[in-house]
Amino acid sequence: MEPSPVLKAPGLLPQRWNPAKWPWWVIVLALAGLAITWLIFTSANYNETFIYLTTGIYTTLRITLFSFVIATILGLLAGLARVSKNVFLYNISTLYVEIVRGVPLVVLLLYIAFALFPVLVEVVTGIGKWGLSLMPANSFFQGMADFTIRVIPMEGRAIIALAFGYGAYEAEVFRAGIQSIGKGQMEAAKSLGMNYFQAMRFIILPQAIRRVLPPLGNDFIACLKDSSLATVLAVPELTQLGRLRRASTFRVLEVFNMVAFLYLSMTLLLSAAVRWLEQRMKILE
Amino acid sequence: MVSEYTAKPIIIARNVHKWYGHFHALKGINMEVKRGEVIVIFGPSGSGKSTFIRTINRLEEHQEGQIIVDDIELTHDLRNIEAIRMETGMVFQQFNLFPHLTVMQNITLAPIQVRKWDRERAESIARQLLERVGIPEQADKYPGQLSGGQQQRVAIARALAMQPKIMLFDEPTSALDPEMIKEVLDVMIELAKSGMTMLVVTHEMGFAKAVADRMYFFDDGQIVESGTPNEIFSNPKEDRTKLFLSQILSH
Repeated sequence: MEPSPVLKAPGLLPQRWNPAKWPWWVIVLALAGLAITWLIFTSANYNETFIYLTTGIYTTLRITLFSFVIATILGLLAGLARVSKNVFLYNISTLYVEIVRGVPLVVLLLYIAFALFPVLVEVVTGIGKWGLSLMPANSFFQGMADFTIRVIPMEGRAIIALAFGYGAYEAEVFRAGIQSIGKGQMEAAKSLGMNYFQAMRFIILPQAIRRVLPPLGNDFIACLKDSSLATVLAVPELTQLGRLRRASTFRVLEVFNMVAFLYLSMTLLLSAAVRWLEQRMKILE
Repeated sequence: MVSEYTAKPIIIARNVHKWYGHFHALKGINMEVKRGEVIVIFGPSGSGKSTFIRTINRLEEHQEGQIIVDDIELTHDLRNIEAIRMETGMVFQQFNLFPHLTVMQNITLAPIQVRKWDRERAESIARQLLERVGIPEQADKYPGQLSGGQQQRVAIARALAMQPKIMLFDEPTSALDPEMIKEVLDVMIELAKSGMTMLVVTHEMGFAKAVADRMYFFDDGQIVESGTPNEIFSNPKEDRTKLFLSQILSH
């Protein structure tokens, strides 16, 4: 299509110079970002803080990535169970979702890390001791009996806890996505002789997953922010390192400017990616 | 033996009842359809005609009575239901094509996954069917790129690809613009003349006159009257039939 000649002449578009329509917030944000970047290169204090926090960025990204991948798989399975006609699957998945949605995420982290994992370890060592009483010197049961809570790192516990929490949120995202596909699609698949599993796999899920990609992206950003809760388990991620740095230097403003700047850089980059994804989905619809 | 085979009804419905909560949607439907017959079902909306043909492939469950399709009785047994659905094609009012798949993939998916044909065989049959419904050039497009009439013809080809013994049509032209109705009806008339057993819920009386062997008039969950098109059009016995025909044929 030929572009219209009017659009080629910028002088003919008065709203182009309308300051009320400028994205001032982007300009403010960009200036603040530039200022902090400039400080990293010029101020020794900011520079040291930045270097100190770098490993925290990696830990934060690692926690986010692992927990969100597990949460997506868990959420898909729980979401399928939520729309299932199987009484057991429906009830157990609904129980899971309702419990997690009713408990603050930070409490869930503390509960899983300090209550659930020790209980699981007790169960493992208990089975090991029981096995040894039947078969003394069995190396497999000896290994189980010697298992201790200390071998499970806090970062791993944080990842499992976040995955468990976000799995419930993603379950609702997938459930809504599946239910948004018209009833006629399932009927058409069934009328062709497909069973429920085939209809889900070839017809419903491919369409539902396309629809839930943008909300999944938003939840990934939320998960990145919530990975900061791992600080209550003393996992050395970005927030925890910031708190340690503050305690050792008392440079509160520099430290938390830096922490906030680093989180914002990551989330803004990701939300730009999500927006791009949303645009692409619109084209495909 | 051949005569016994052809004489035996392929669909038997005996005293079929269906309730939605307290609403009695089907009140004892009896029908027998022989191989190769073309049946037209018509009647006012809410009369149960769509519900009835949807019980034949168990998209709706009947609660009383008996439905036997090709010697298999419809019960809660999932294997029976899937066996009957493989032999029964259905065309919907809203087409229900799979929007994320191309026309070719729409047609070949079930033959490949359900009938376990290899891709080559499924695609060659799909091409023949697209030729038959008059849109061989649309194979690689997505449903959203086609007109309503073209989409419905793809839906017919998709159902035929499973090589069904029976075709069910649930108001196949009701969602179409007037200029596209004929292209779909032409395909259906050709199919009827080829000897396919068809149950068609429609108000297209021209189609009924051209190819129907028998017509059933549904009202209030019951069969009010049945007969050949000639009997129904020129000599309807029931007042309700006369009234309904006068309403839909008046313009």
